[in-house]
Amino acid sequence: MAPKPYLVATCVIAAFAAPAAAETIRIEMQNLGYSPATVSAHVGDAVEWTNGDFLAHTATARSKEWDVMLLPKKTGRIVLKRPGEIEYYCRFHPNMVGRISVAE
Amino acid sequence: MFPRLLAASAALLFGAGVVMAQGAKPNDAQIAHIAYTAGQIDIKAAKLALKKSKNKEVRAFAQDMVRDHTAVNQKALALVKKLNVKPEDNATSKSLVQQAQGTEASLKKLNGAAFDKAYADNEVEYHKTVNGALESTLIPSASNPELKELLQTGLKIFQGHQQHAEQVAKSL
Ligand SMILES: [Cu+2]
Repeated sequence: MAPKPYLVATCVIAAFAAPAAAETIRIEMQNLGYSPATVSAHVGDAVEWTNGDFLAHTATARSKEWDVMLLPKKTGRIVLKRPGEIEYYCRFHPNMVGRISVAE
Repeated sequence: MFPRLLAASAALLFGAGVVMAQGAKPNDAQIAHIAYTAGQIDIKAAKLALKKSKNKEVRAFAQDMVRDHTAVNQKALALVKKLNVKPEDNATSKSLVQQAQGTEASLKKLNGAAFDKAYADNEVEYHKTVNGALESTLIPSASNPELKELLQTGLKIFQGHQQHAEQVAKSL
């Protein structure tokens, strides 16, 4: 269904104030690391991890806000709900660390 | 009880120090066997912990050890098969097994918090020792590139285990 003309106009104006459409940021777990290890995102974006290793890993926020368990070759995701610097790690291999910078 | 616990931990720590056999550098067949044996030893210790411990962190750690070391050893077995290498028993793998038997005997005598602490401390020391051996001897000596790569991945995994074990030991 095509949007009504006035609705399009509203959206164009809103685009200056509101964040861009939500994105999905993809992070690969490979060879005991997150790749890329540091990403930038906006509130509302999703982060999706894919485990390319032959071992189970997790992506666990240091704040304990979320904890995503990923079996080998599986994918898991979260949606970023608030701005800030998020540090996360793997509970099984704490030498795996990553960071997400979330802007408004 | 406290001095006894300390004495027991010290005994275990002492027993955990694995001396790599001196002499000629190990060949790929020996390296594969040392790495595989090191994994089997840790699986056995973890299974003992799952039998004896009621501590949530200790049990979770032990489950991780069983899962990860099993996965790594499956890779190792597949690789030696592919490379047509016959794992070879050697002085280092024999001394690993012998020392593990001593550690196991000491752990079996302990219960409750004393067991948990001794198991966690031993896991820290054991992974330190194995990682040291990987870095200083096994990885540099490996001639097959696929074996070398698996050992390098193994080192990263076991460094993670060492950190995890340190966290568990600190929490007790
Ligand atoms: Cu991990």
